[in-house]
Amino acid sequence: MIYITLRITIKKIKQNTISTIKLYASGAHENHNLHGKRRHTLHSFFQFAPTQTQHHQSHHNRTMSILEYNGAAIIAMAGKDCIGIASDNRLGIQFQTVAMDFKKIFKMSDTLFVGLAGLATDVQTLDQLLRFRMNLYELREERAMTPQVFTNLLSNILYEKRFGPYFVEPVVAGLDEKGSPYLATMDLIGATSTTKDFVVSGTCDGNLYGMCETLYKPDLGKEELFETLAQALLASVDRDALSGWGGVVHIITKEGVMSRELKGRQD
Amino acid sequence: MYQQNLDKIAELSSHSAMGVSGPNCDLVNFSELGTGLSDVTPHLAPYHDQCRYISKNLALYELSNDGMKLSTHAQANFCRGELAKALRKGPFQVNVILGGYDENVPNGGSLYVMDYLGSCQKVNYGAQGYASNFTLSIMDRDWEEGLNEEQAVKIVEHCIRELNMRFLLNQSNFIIKVVDKDGVRTVKADSDPTDN
Repeated sequence: MIYITLRITIKKIKQNTISTIKLYASGAHENHNLHGKRRHTLHSFFQFAPTQTQHHQSHHNRTMSILEYNGAAIIAMAGKDCIGIASDNRLGIQFQTVAMDFKKIFKMSDTLFVGLAGLATDVQTLDQLLRFRMNLYELREERAMTPQVFTNLLSNILYEKRFGPYFVEPVVAGLDEKGSPYLATMDLIGATSTTKDFVVSGTCDGNLYGMCETLYKPDLGKEELFETLAQALLASVDRDALSGWGGVVHIITKEGVMSRELKGRQD
Repeated sequence: MYQQNLDKIAELSSHSAMGVSGPNCDLVNFSELGTGLSDVTPHLAPYHDQCRYISKNLALYELSNDGMKLSTHAQANFCRGELAKALRKGPFQVNVILGGYDENVPNGGSLYVMDYLGSCQKVNYGAQGYASNFTLSIMDRDWEEGLNEEQAVKIVEHCIRELNMRFLLNQSNFIIKVVDKDGVRTVKADSDPTDN
């Protein structure tokens, strides 16, 4: 299968790129595991086995990954001298919704936001840990923490727990000292990747990638960025049972932060 | 079924109470059951000898900090932190609902729902355990902003009636406690079955 994919790709390399992308997409099918969702084998180690107190949920057939226990959807996108970060509002316990106003995006400073998708307890623990470490840094260094340093710090905090990790997949969005956008994402053990356009995380990351790839244009202004983020988020979470119940978008510019609530399908 | 009269709502401080659900050992170990004002179940004295982690730590804070009481939000945060710390060592398998009254908070009362993993969320109404499958929808419908005590207790009673009717594993012996500016008090307690 892989061989055939490569051969066709080389042939079509001179044709339009859309067909190449389609081929890559079809090749990726074979990487889907039985559950048809997570593509990384790393996550298959973290299947959630319901404990005795929670066994009333185990009547459904497939076990949920720990990262899917609470549900989340986070996007961050870069615009022209601005950055936007958006998340959904749902807090669930497997398939039952517990709250519709659960915060997943945390403000670390006026120009630095971090979105944490994954197990809610670790989301809250990490929020407190990160604020603590950031405050300590700023007291000792007497200067603000840049997004690059923050990402490095977060990556180290996660890797410290390599063999008993925090079950979060964070997204860092900020403006560096020159005011240009900075985006980064990492997996639950701190493997970082920085991009120029958008980063996503959460239970419906496949949907989010698709929406962002379609709707994103470089150098969007504040309002256009907000609109793009809102549409991408709402369309993605509508097709995911574990995320939704509205959303929140923060647009960060040199002048300040603009935060807006999104009202989507309340389910 | 071992006991039909275990009061699972522990009084944490003068103006807060914590309902816990889970295996009994963790339940009693984590909170403090049946001390102080719960005059309904005085025969639970043997349970009082157990380690009472959360409420004694809160009392310690008050003693060490010149009588300053922790707000409900702070108590919930402490409770969450302990659950989260224990998760990776030896988890308490208790789900908690913590409610308290503070003077400087608008509306006074606040409610926090925590699961055994250590996630905490401030809510207007909450339920843990099997009851949640039945009662969350009822409270979604009936709850509105600005209820008084009588209306709130009515909603709770509505939930209890529903459980009595529809829930297979139901035990009909419920206790309702209210936390307001005068502290924690028991509003309604069904009769103790062991009295019969």
